[in-house]
Amino acid sequence: MIEARNVSRRYGDTLVVDDVTLKLPERGVTSIIGPNGAGKSTLLSMVSRLLPLSSGTVLVDGMDVTRTPGDALARRLAILRQDNAVTSRLTVRDLVTFGRYPHSRGRPTVEDRAFVEGALAHLGLEPIAHRFLDELSGGQRQRAFVAMVLCQDTHYVLLDEPLNSLDMKHAVAMMKELRRAADTLGKCVVLVLHDLNYASCYSDHVVAMRAGKVAFQGTPEELMRPDVLRGIYDLDIDIHLLDGKRIAVHYR
Amino acid sequence: MPASALRLEGHAQRLLLLGGLAAVCVGVFMTVDAGGQWDFVLPFRARKVATVLLVGYAIAVSTVLFQTVTENRVLTPAIMGFDTLYLLLQTGLLFFLGARTVASLDTRLLFTVEVAIMVGFSAVLHRWLFEGGRRSVHLLLLTGVVLGVLFRSLSSFLQRLIAPGEFDFLQDRFFASFNNPDPDLLIVSAGMTVGASALGFHLLRACDVLNLGRDVAINLGVDHRRTVSRLLAVVAVLVSVSTALVGPVTFFGLLVANLAHGLVRSHRHAHVLPAAVFLAVIGLLGGQLVLERVFSFGANLRVIIEFLGGLMFITLLMRGALR
Repeated sequence: MIEARNVSRRYGDTLVVDDVTLKLPERGVTSIIGPNGAGKSTLLSMVSRLLPLSSGTVLVDGMDVTRTPGDALARRLAILRQDNAVTSRLTVRDLVTFGRYPHSRGRPTVEDRAFVEGALAHLGLEPIAHRFLDELSGGQRQRAFVAMVLCQDTHYVLLDEPLNSLDMKHAVAMMKELRRAADTLGKCVVLVLHDLNYASCYSDHVVAMRAGKVAFQGTPEELMRPDVLRGIYDLDIDIHLLDGKRIAVHYR
Repeated sequence: MPASALRLEGHAQRLLLLGGLAAVCVGVFMTVDAGGQWDFVLPFRARKVATVLLVGYAIAVSTVLFQTVTENRVLTPAIMGFDTLYLLLQTGLLFFLGARTVASLDTRLLFTVEVAIMVGFSAVLHRWLFEGGRRSVHLLLLTGVVLGVLFRSLSSFLQRLIAPGEFDFLQDRFFASFNNPDPDLLIVSAGMTVGASALGFHLLRACDVLNLGRDVAINLGVDHRRTVSRLLAVVAVLVSVSTALVGPVTFFGLLVANLAHGLVRSHRHAHVLPAAVFLAVIGLLGGQLVLERVFSFGANLRVIIEFLGGLMFITLLMRGALR
């Protein structure tokens, strides 16, 4: 269980995350949506101890993230932020192998190797596994980093805009892969998303943020209503039922 | 995994080659033109070689580690003003205590105190580098240049105020060169280097992870703050050692660190660090050989090294390595 209690983050006088108290479901795919500057990424970074909290507590399985040893947490929770720059010259396989670091401390075992090959296969990275990261496109690199995080094999997987710079085919494949991780491996996947329709079609639970606060929490069906969305985005958004999925249309 | 195995062998080959070259340099340096006077030549040259090995090691390792910590291939401890601070420390000590007091102090004790102050400075730098959010590389570089100039100007100001006799003493006492290493200092330096390396040794794998960036390193369970502050302490000790032995060498570290990364093409510090050390030894001993035998001491090794290193720095800037 990931639990945030009265979590705030301020930069100078600006409250980016404003006294958020939140419990995330133990399993399944949870999407965090909301307009730019709502505090989604900041909240995710604080939950995953990348960013210090201005006030409040975050508990992961009862462990306070600011006090728990980093390596213990790294076997329980994985986080991937946007824009990962790497200074060393790494192949995709090298990078994914680093996902096993919390388990093997840089000395991968046969079992670790199997995890690496599995993660490469699931994200369709086998053809480019030997290529160097600096020779890849943004989308390919993004997939390599997601493979690394999945290879970490943690119960909680937190991803900040994992669909960034992915084409349609790979975006759908990525969401299916995350769904698979949640359904067959029973993992808890939390992602920040910008595309409402991905959130609607692939998640079990949605958290909407606005101006540093949680504006809405519920199922995708409850979220995908014009009045709810208007409250979050200040925008008139039509909802159409297509093949049993609620699709938002905002191109007006 | 044949491809990966092959690549590993590539690393091993290149490391062996570099190590061999370094050994040849040592061998030639020890024996060339000895003229049969072995009992004089060998100990005399051994001391020089020991200095070169120590300095090469200190510069190479400190630069590679510093670049890992700052996630950057252009910054070096020297560029951030580490070694000019050491100069300022020495000058300040002489200025405030006077030559007689300093001369009466134990070299080893003095050096230990100076190293301790350097480690303190690294802690301040660490706070400034990593607390309160990320800072841009451009700002860091600018700060480093300003700090370097500040420390250098302050020490030359102090040097102007002291009596000529004391200034002479300062030059003699503190700016040893490869040609007249102080045996006492050499032993303390070697001890410190071994100590610092022992502290850094078990962080080697964590260093590999640090290269993935702070966020990914934390995600993978590396205690970023503690690891980085320890590494910076190691860097501070090594910079003190190299500066105490031969004075500031601004660009040499940059040269060997980037050559090592370029030649070894590995993300493992266990491969890059030895390569950088070998390159440093080859550069220093090879350069000294050419200097003594070809130019018959007509040129200054530091000038040659700085010239090459400076060219490298400009090339790196032009190729956009500064991110």
